[in-house]
Amino acid sequence: MVGIVTYGSYIPIYRIKTAEIARIWGDDPQHPEKSLGIMSKSVPGYDEDAATIAVEALRNALKRKNIPSEKIGAIFVGSESHPYAVKPTASLIAEVMGAYKAHAADLEFACKAGTAAMQNVYAMVKAGMIEYGVAIGTDTSQGQPGDALDYSASAGGTAFIIGKEDVIAEINHTVSYVTDTPDFWRREGQRYPSHGGRFTGEPAYFKHIITAAKMLMDAVGTEAKDYDYAVFHQPNGKFPFRVGKRLGFTKEQIKQGLLAPYIGNTYSGATPTGLSAVLDVAKPGDRILAVSFGSGAGSDAFDILVTDEIENFNRDAAPKVWDQVNRAKYIDYAQYLKFRRMIVEVIP
Amino acid sequence: MREVAIIGAGETKYGEHWEKSLRDLAVEAGLEALEDAGICAEDIQAIFGGNMSAGSFVGQDHVGALIADFAGLAEHGIPAMRIESACASGAAALHAGFMAVASGMYDIVLVGGVEKMTDLPGDMVTDILAGAADREWEVFLGATFPALGAMMARRYMYEFGMTEEQMALFPVIAHKHGAMNPDAHFQREITIETVLNSPIVAEPLRLMNCSPVSDGAAALVLAPADIAKKYTDSPIKISASTYANDYISLHSRESLVKSLSTIEAGKKAYKMAKKEPKDIDIIEIHDAFSIIAIEAIEDLGFAKKGEAWKLAEEGQLYYDSDLPYNPSGGLKAKGHPVGATGVGQVVEIVMQLRNEAGKRQVPDAKVGLAHNVGGTMTSSIVHILEVM
Repeated sequence: MVGIVTYGSYIPIYRIKTAEIARIWGDDPQHPEKSLGIMSKSVPGYDEDAATIAVEALRNALKRKNIPSEKIGAIFVGSESHPYAVKPTASLIAEVMGAYKAHAADLEFACKAGTAAMQNVYAMVKAGMIEYGVAIGTDTSQGQPGDALDYSASAGGTAFIIGKEDVIAEINHTVSYVTDTPDFWRREGQRYPSHGGRFTGEPAYFKHIITAAKMLMDAVGTEAKDYDYAVFHQPNGKFPFRVGKRLGFTKEQIKQGLLAPYIGNTYSGATPTGLSAVLDVAKPGDRILAVSFGSGAGSDAFDILVTDEIENFNRDAAPKVWDQVNRAKYIDYAQYLKFRRMIVEVIP
Repeated sequence: MREVAIIGAGETKYGEHWEKSLRDLAVEAGLEALEDAGICAEDIQAIFGGNMSAGSFVGQDHVGALIADFAGLAEHGIPAMRIESACASGAAALHAGFMAVASGMYDIVLVGGVEKMTDLPGDMVTDILAGAADREWEVFLGATFPALGAMMARRYMYEFGMTEEQMALFPVIAHKHGAMNPDAHFQREITIETVLNSPIVAEPLRLMNCSPVSDGAAALVLAPADIAKKYTDSPIKISASTYANDYISLHSRESLVKSLSTIEAGKKAYKMAKKEPKDIDIIEIHDAFSIIAIEAIEDLGFAKKGEAWKLAEEGQLYYDSDLPYNPSGGLKAKGHPVGATGVGQVVEIVMQLRNEAGKRQVPDAKVGLAHNVGGTMTSSIVHILEVM
């Protein structure tokens, strides 16, 4: 049985309310909440980036169950905000863990690089190449001030250690669906991404998630009602409910893993952190569907079964996702610009 | 001048066609019209295509040749020209096609309209559409198209005491009809509250007072009326095709609450068709903004100046009431692919007069009027159609 052995998440403490962002740009303060279903978003502190978030998430995972570093055979870090364009984040993680013999690499696939990391580690464990591997989805995503993304692009991440021993959540099956769909992109050297507005919806998010979810459920012979929880990529607070409804899922199945209304879109961190929030409360026998979406575009879908081992697992050893969501310190737009280094201190 | 009839009609669904290009849409609507007329592409002697801005929207000009080519007519050497009159490009193409058949120069003419608008972000679309206004004297000074429409609405509300609630009735009616039209961009009903709670675009115009950005195409096949019955049992006669222009910029005009071009085109149309407003059973009115429809209903003689909204309040504008208004859903709910709109309005009237409009069928419709405008009611084109 291959699956999740331990997991941990990290969400920065800072939040900005979308009404505050609307105030700056002359938008109706209620507009982002009404149209996007996002009330606030997480903001990385001045000294935080995708790598520090990855480290915090991994530390939380290791607090719950320590895996000796020499047993870690692979480290994949998925992000679209790796601190360096050239120089891996995965090597930094290897150094932090002391996992010097690991196969380490960074991944990028817009918002689905985190689940791509999970699939890579899952495959290597299943193939018997490695005993354990680390898969991390982390981002401090960029939104151009004044653009629609200003309301949603946020920060957070989750780390999974995947192996064969003491599995708390079995990855029963996983599939992917990919097409060349240019709904959202950022070219080398550009500071902020561009997007195709409404084109990011139907032909991108909905088409890929629905196709991948159906492929997965067809392959394992399940229906929406067979799942206790469903986690969908969450670029805003509304799309997951809409895609869920079209696939036959209820709001109740989706709510536990839907964080976007409070922390925004954590990009590569989004689906992994939603899954993490579900594992925080899951019971043995629970079945979870998780489907990511990355622009450009593709989806990874997972059929996950929670095992009896979760009863022996020390979930309380690290902060749970919803506790981190609720641990918030609100900042104004000026502080936000400072933390995101959009205004800079001039040292004479 | 010969009498002219419509022997075939077709259109695509209007909306966001992510997977269809300009040519796909044009060919789809054109083929539907040819099939409807029971003729082959080779039977066409000329094509007139309405299109406002394919050059800006998708980087494709020379639309006439493109459509003729992809309709399979490249080797037949027939004339195919693109006609442009901003948002009235579709009706302008029909006017040209009408003249071509009426004059005796051609017998079988295909009239089309197409626009592919959703490939670009909203701000670029807004700027391209602003090309229908005076770029130097209106747009460079900061006016967008909705801003100009808002000035008309403000003045109208000031002069005639119409409230936002009363203006909101027009999109409510449009959506009720759109919900019954499978080709409509929006097929859901809305309430006055939906309109009043929608975001402001340019006060007092809210999002729901403005027509959407749509992709779509529509097509008609014209023939001389005396041979029309050879092709179809239910040809529709074009009793009038008239076209008038006003000053292009709002500030040059004597009034913001009436459109001289609509008044003029209307007068000529009634004279040409030997009809009066009371003879019209069904109207398709250009409602790019609610205010444009309100002014047009008055300028075409269906209500006194300053009172069109009262017809809405009295419930007279529903498809099954006294003055069936925009049974297609209008530009607001059916959608507004600018180059196609004027042709699509006539497709709707053809369907209605043939008693083929399904759930939204207007009872006993024999005579219909279509009104299409370019710019801020700068150019107005009116067609009157009737059962033969």
